[in-house]
Amino acid sequence: MPAASQDDIPSFHLVDITKEYGTIRVLDQARISVRRGEVVALMGANGAGKSTLAKIAAGVVEPDHGRVFVGGKEVRLNSPRVARQHGIVIVHQSTNELGAPGLSVAENLVLDDLCAGTFGAVTGKRKIEQRAKTVAAGIGLELDLEQDFGELGPAHRQLVAIARAVAAKAAILILDEPTASLSAAEAARLFSVVDRLRSLGVGILYISHRLEDIRRVADRIVVLRNGQIVANQVRPLDLTVAIKAMIGRDLHSISREHNVSASGNPVLTLSRVRLVPGASKFDLAVALGEVLAITGALGSGKSRLLGAVFGLTQIAEGEIRLLNRPWRPRGPQEAIAAGVFMAGEDRWRSSLLPPITPGADIAGTIALPHRRRWFPFGFVDQSREQVAAEQAIRTLGIRCRSGRDTLNLLSGGNQQKVVIARWQAAPYQLLLLDEPFQGVDVGARRDLIWAIREARPNSATLVATSDVEEALEVADVVAVMRNHAVARLYDLRTGDAASFLTAISAVERDETWESDGGLV
Amino acid sequence: MSGEANVENKGGIASPQSVVRESLQTTSKVSGVIKGTDPSPACEDARPPRSSGQASQFIGRASADGIWIRSFFGQFLRQYAIFLILAVLILFFQVREPAFLRINNLFSVLQSVAVVALLGIGVTVTLAVDGFDLSVGSIAAFTLMLTSYAMVVLQFNAAETVALALFTGAMIGLVNGLLIVGLRIPDLLATLGTMFLLAGLQLIPSAGRSITVGLNLPDGSVANGSFDPAFLALGRYKLWGSVPLPVVVVALLTIVFWFLMERTRWGRVFYAVGGNETAAYLAGASVKRYRILAYVISATLASLGGVFVSARVGRGDVFAGSSLLLDSVAAALIGFAVLNQRRANVIGTAVGAVFVGIVLNGLTMLNVPYYTQDFVKGLVLVGALALTFGIGRGRR
Repeated sequence: MPAASQDDIPSFHLVDITKEYGTIRVLDQARISVRRGEVVALMGANGAGKSTLAKIAAGVVEPDHGRVFVGGKEVRLNSPRVARQHGIVIVHQSTNELGAPGLSVAENLVLDDLCAGTFGAVTGKRKIEQRAKTVAAGIGLELDLEQDFGELGPAHRQLVAIARAVAAKAAILILDEPTASLSAAEAARLFSVVDRLRSLGVGILYISHRLEDIRRVADRIVVLRNGQIVANQVRPLDLTVAIKAMIGRDLHSISREHNVSASGNPVLTLSRVRLVPGASKFDLAVALGEVLAITGALGSGKSRLLGAVFGLTQIAEGEIRLLNRPWRPRGPQEAIAAGVFMAGEDRWRSSLLPPITPGADIAGTIALPHRRRWFPFGFVDQSREQVAAEQAIRTLGIRCRSGRDTLNLLSGGNQQKVVIARWQAAPYQLLLLDEPFQGVDVGARRDLIWAIREARPNSATLVATSDVEEALEVADVVAVMRNHAVARLYDLRTGDAASFLTAISAVERDETWESDGGLV
Repeated sequence: MSGEANVENKGGIASPQSVVRESLQTTSKVSGVIKGTDPSPACEDARPPRSSGQASQFIGRASADGIWIRSFFGQFLRQYAIFLILAVLILFFQVREPAFLRINNLFSVLQSVAVVALLGIGVTVTLAVDGFDLSVGSIAAFTLMLTSYAMVVLQFNAAETVALALFTGAMIGLVNGLLIVGLRIPDLLATLGTMFLLAGLQLIPSAGRSITVGLNLPDGSVANGSFDPAFLALGRYKLWGSVPLPVVVVALLTIVFWFLMERTRWGRVFYAVGGNETAAYLAGASVKRYRILAYVISATLASLGGVFVSARVGRGDVFAGSSLLLDSVAAALIGFAVLNQRRANVIGTAVGAVFVGIVLNGLTMLNVPYYTQDFVKGLVLVGALALTFGIGRGRR
């Protein structure tokens, strides 16, 4: 416990931080402190406010209320630069914010110096490479320094960013989901870096929902739920308690009408499927009237499985059958024609159009995949799509002025409702939903879950989510995925509340469950 | 562009699963709003109703109507600015040079506008799929030489010549599309490449000379074909004695392409591919096919433009069509400002072409030196873009 030997004044202290976006309170009087040489793990479900808290700590976002203390003195972190001057350095989660594509790895490693103007006017190639080697050596990173940063995979980008942060001699280092895209070996290297920084007296705020990580590095666990700090646990750490605090609800309340949905004929069957070469084979079946949720760590193959069914990728081995006929679509067009719909993850990337585009309004967004059926002669029948929009607005309670609103005018939850409504606007056999609750508030999530479960009787639904809580709320059956294969199935209809608990604690007990998020 | 910004937004606005509480925080709300909206342009887009609400809060209830009227005027100005400027210009030219508004002069303006508009519409279609076709000017010029060569040297008749021209245009477009979609060469570079290629290729058959009747061929013989009168009529025939045929054809094509791009599902897909390629693909669109098709359309329209030029001038002039690229791109970009669309659109492009044509013709009639024309065009273009993206930003 290196932390105990240090002075007990927190070197970094956030007090009563409140932050609102529109009407939504992202953070509600959150308090968190990090001492010298201490690793504080910040846990929380999707949307609990972890990233916002991290951004506030790093000066990227300013809080509406609250005070920030560094080394006992109150400071105002109104820009990342000011935060850096106070010794606070963040490594962002998003791989886009980690460096500058177009520059070499060496140039990226010394980017802070270059940008701050402390490098000197003359930036010789040798001088840059020399400096870059020192920075890379700080975490034992070995990379081709002349390679373009843009060609690096997410894991290497992450490591470059971490090397930069370490070289910046941070007093407080914020790591936002640092292992999200790292392989086990790379993660191990990261952990040893974290250990070394801890012994050097650096305070680390480690944001993660990976239990394996937290068990390995954390001195203390802080749990964030709905913007509030709900648990603050020192060693010995009890992850089960922490998970309960994170999910924060009476699990018995979920059991509701799970036993109602009847298991019908299989709509989708996967037999002896090997998703990628080298992965294990598995079977999976989704029956009519069933909602099956796939959960597992990032990179465990959830999206890939959905993509294979939708025709985005091919499976390495095995057979997929749709309604008892072999199913190997060559692309989304064929899948959609056959009644297999998919709402992709990250709606602004996968589903929505920029607002100035024609057809970027609610009606147009809903109509796009159904255009052939709805507009057989090519002419866009505006009243046809308007009818569909109005129906979606009514049934899902989308808050907007009319079906002609563009999506950027809606809140995240309402945007997501439009995305789901789009695919429910026409009859389908199988609906694939990849992270459908991403960036959605609690109220909208409830509406979405209702809509998904309401549409059960005539179809089958496959939901991929990395959030166990979401999986339990929406599904009849939960499949846990690991290393590109389905590892376990939990039928929530046959059991009662106990089976959910089993499912959750299985997540906790299973040492390898979260630690295998290797690169795809 | 704003897709990415919005992805960022997701982390900010939408991540909270926090229970929505009624917050009664009116104090320090102002700074909260200004600060709170900074993370992404998407928030900015969503802001106007809020910030205008805020503004009226400061100015007080009484002047709310005034603000409404002013914002209405702002809206009106942004929508119709190009038309207003056009009206003012026409009035100005008319006062200075009474011959300006004569029917014959107007149709001669439209005659030159027609070709620019045609090429501009092609550029518009490629802009819609988030591409760009720099080769349209060269394709038109190339077609001019091709048609001349076909008639003068190969002794093709009018129908054969036009068919050859349009087919070649379509093939050039196909090559452009395959370079961009198949080989993944960035659109600007690929079409810049074909632009140079065609500009060079057109010189080879006639050894760098213009193609006229009685052309001496490189092998020493003399070409004894001539321009088919039916072909020349394409550029010179006037309906009802005053309306040039190209003007009518281009007006019809403008309507056809407006309908295609704005009112059909194919148009929706063109724009969807340009707006968010992934989203279009996941919604079942044949993204690659649409991209290639856009370049085929663009090149075919450009070659039709070349046919009109050729039929009008009646000789294969090596230097004809040199300003076509700039004029048509300017037309397409000015089109962004028309009706405050802020995107490439067919009607806007046609209006943009008319705009450029009127400005140039008016200046010519006022005896403004020809060498200032490009400067004036540049000025008009920058002004229109400033109008679209600067002043009209964030409002609809």
